[in-house]
Amino acid sequence: MLTFFLKRLLGLLPTLAIVAVLVFLFVHMLPGDPARLAAGQDADQQTVELVRAELGLDRPLPVQFGRYVLNLGQGDLGTSIRTRRPVAAEIGERFLPTLLLTLTSMAWAVAFGLVIGIVSAVYRNEWPDRLGMTLAVSGISFPAFALGMLLMQIFSVGLGWLPTVGAGSWKHYILPSLTLGAAVAAVMARFTRASFVEVLGEDFVRTARAKGLTERVVIAKHALRNALIPVVTMMGLQFGFLLGGSIVVEAVFNWPGLGRLLVDSVNQRDYPVIQALVLLFSLEFILINLVVDVLYGLINPTIRYK
Amino acid sequence: MPPSASPSPPPSPILPDRRILSVSDLSVRFTTSERTVEAVRHLSFHVEAGETLAIVGESGSGKSVTSLALMRLVAHGGGTIASGRMLFRRRSGAILDLADASNAEMRALRGAELAMIFQEPMTSLNPVFTAGEQIAESIRVHQGKGHGAARAEALRMLDLVRIPEARNVLTRFPHQLSGGMRQRVMIAMALACRPQLLIADEPTTALDVTIQAQILELIRSLQDEMKMGVVFITHDMGVVAEVADRVLVMFRGDKVEEGAAPALFAAPRHAYTQALLAAVPRLGAMAGSDLPRKFDLLRPEATETPAVAATQDAAQDHAAQDTRRPGPPILRVRDLVTRFDIRGGLLNRVRRRVHAVERISFDLASGETLALVGESGCGKSTTGRSLLRLVESQSGLIEFAGENIRDLPPNKLQALRKNIQFIFQDPYASLDPRLTVGFSIMEPLLVHGTPRREAEARVAWLLERVGLTPAQGLRYPHEFSGGQRQRIAIARALALNPKVIVADEAVSALDVSIQAQIVNLMLDLQRELGLSYLFISHDMAVVERVSHRVAVMFLGQIVEIGPRRAIFENPQHPYTRKLMAAVPVADPERRHAKPRGLLTGEIPSPVRALGDEPEVAPLVEVGPGHWTARHTVGGLAA
Repeated sequence: MLTFFLKRLLGLLPTLAIVAVLVFLFVHMLPGDPARLAAGQDADQQTVELVRAELGLDRPLPVQFGRYVLNLGQGDLGTSIRTRRPVAAEIGERFLPTLLLTLTSMAWAVAFGLVIGIVSAVYRNEWPDRLGMTLAVSGISFPAFALGMLLMQIFSVGLGWLPTVGAGSWKHYILPSLTLGAAVAAVMARFTRASFVEVLGEDFVRTARAKGLTERVVIAKHALRNALIPVVTMMGLQFGFLLGGSIVVEAVFNWPGLGRLLVDSVNQRDYPVIQALVLLFSLEFILINLVVDVLYGLINPTIRYK
Repeated sequence: MPPSASPSPPPSPILPDRRILSVSDLSVRFTTSERTVEAVRHLSFHVEAGETLAIVGESGSGKSVTSLALMRLVAHGGGTIASGRMLFRRRSGAILDLADASNAEMRALRGAELAMIFQEPMTSLNPVFTAGEQIAESIRVHQGKGHGAARAEALRMLDLVRIPEARNVLTRFPHQLSGGMRQRVMIAMALACRPQLLIADEPTTALDVTIQAQILELIRSLQDEMKMGVVFITHDMGVVAEVADRVLVMFRGDKVEEGAAPALFAAPRHAYTQALLAAVPRLGAMAGSDLPRKFDLLRPEATETPAVAATQDAAQDHAAQDTRRPGPPILRVRDLVTRFDIRGGLLNRVRRRVHAVERISFDLASGETLALVGESGCGKSTTGRSLLRLVESQSGLIEFAGENIRDLPPNKLQALRKNIQFIFQDPYASLDPRLTVGFSIMEPLLVHGTPRREAEARVAWLLERVGLTPAQGLRYPHEFSGGQRQRIAIARALALNPKVIVADEAVSALDVSIQAQIVNLMLDLQRELGLSYLFISHDMAVVERVSHRVAVMFLGQIVEIGPRRAIFENPQHPYTRKLMAAVPVADPERRHAKPRGLLTGEIPSPVRALGDEPEVAPLVEVGPGHWTARHTVGGLAA
């Protein structure tokens, strides 16, 4: 187990290195000139060249790459072209709101998704199943921006219970997390149902019933843990996606998150910020996958680590 | 739960003194949106204390549905009990009709007074809980004991089912136990509350024959101790003869015959029972003859494709057939070694090795059937796969028609594969469900460059040859029964006109009457086409029927090889003798006398540490063409 963990952590380094190289090349292939954008529309060629030299973009690509790698090695992510602030600070202040929003969204989405999925599987093809799956399909197909505006209209504008935009108090989290989590809850419900239906047909569920256990114990104890594996996989993936920040939800609720930072920095060709964000997203995915793999082992002892 | 909770109007029904269960007029229906299937029709039977009733039948006979109906679990599979009474004597003496007991009453009975063991010990235990917890759970629920006391009782149960190192098994998960140990855990779980009635649904079908013998003996001795009634459901007449006091034969939902075991085996009255018994391969049936012989199939109307079986039977005699042709062997294997690495640790180094095949040598003559027999993990399937280089071998020689397969470049190997074809065990899994069977058969022809028109003609011929019609080639696999699919698999194997067919447990998954038909088909094909078979099987009785020569494998080595008659009538190696002794005999008169000393013991593992090479020595000739190992293999020495 520990060996597996260490091995995976070591395996993380080459992956990140490859991502770093690819993202550097990719970013520099983007059309558009960051120096021109930074200098402003009206600046003359001379000013643009001056800015370019200042940003170090006039040097040959291999030299730029060398400097990028060297700085990265020292933990220096560089300075934003757009705001002239350190990239680490720029990302740091956006990361926490995104993380908190993701956590609250995931929490309720997983809870709802599991319950709806289990109920649907247990009452397969009866009315609770039909109701649950109708909800799930609506959750997937209803666009997030529309849901967000609808919720805002009802709870903020109409009833006046909740604030509209910003990220100040806990109340600010309710509507964005509902909006963000709806699709996740729907996906979780469908996954849980599929996985549960399969497990309920397994021989060991029949054994559990033959032992004289109540249906509640059969489902909550014998079936649930076995059904969780695909659900946890999905949970990890969704968590990773949400951590990348949601452009739509952040725009609707004016949320200071990573999604908007990414859009802004791409618009401005803010190379250091784009590179740092992509690296961060990769790292998040790798770590989440590692956590998911460890969870597998806790859930199901037949899974062995190599 | 007060026992008087059964419905009041008919005042407590009466059962004869020693009777535990009396079923009358039981019918079970399965209703889907398309149709209603009556899986069990008006079935009546009874079980006495300490008695074993065997319910026998082939797939679709309704025997498992009956057992689930007794447990009232049939509803979870979509079935309903349409009519009938199932009177059950509770431990308190009260009599309850299982057919209309409340759900709460049923829960109190299940696992406590009415227990069940299932066929697949691999899938019937929950993989995420320890063996101890799964046994203790039942004790906690029904006896109200605390965690500690239930655990202590679970340990006692594990000792009772003679599991070695019971204390360690308590904390192990099912995947860390062997098949036989899992079935012992299942039995411990079922018997934890000392039930009145035990229902065993094919409890040994998935087990190796030596382990099967242990489990049968265990169930019998526990039954004596606990005086419980046993309903033993099986398709295997050999097992029936070993365990049953009385036998009930079912066919497509109906009872066709019931009677005391010795009488039923000696003089079956119903045509289906006669056909079933005729199709059962019996160990020793071939004593005194050297050559393979077809099964005498009786009453073909009871079998799967009556027309086919009838024409085939009419066309040929059942004389012994000698198909071997003189000349050099078509396949020569010398000192073949196949091992698999088990890796682990931080650097993924090889930690241990599976010694699947250890320096085995054999010849296969043209037109000959050589059987490879042995239990799970003995390397018989790996040997088959190594021949075609489906797995890579480490050393040795595989010579087909004078060429060493192990040295061939890929393009030549492809050409050679035409000559050696496979038939696998599972006819369900080995056909692509989205291709018509005609195309599945044609594909190898097209791959090897036969023009389309010619290929189609050949497919039609092949389908007819294996007892199907050319029109059936346009259908998909799910439209065929298991036996028909195995015929299709044979047609596919024959498509390229191979010289050698490797039949890997080709008839093991089939019902006995179908199995007999397929064996007969294979023997016909051998006579007509001069095929050589490498017949890989764990079933000694089938092997006796089909083979000219037999090689017994144990821990990757051939421990005995020779003419079939010599091996079966004069086995030299202790492992061969052990294997034979464990085979259930389909004759209650010859039932194995009490203890066979087989109660415990596991099949040893072929996994060894690096550098720990097993001892391999040349075999010693003990008779004409009959060779046996004299060195120690897995603790057994001749």
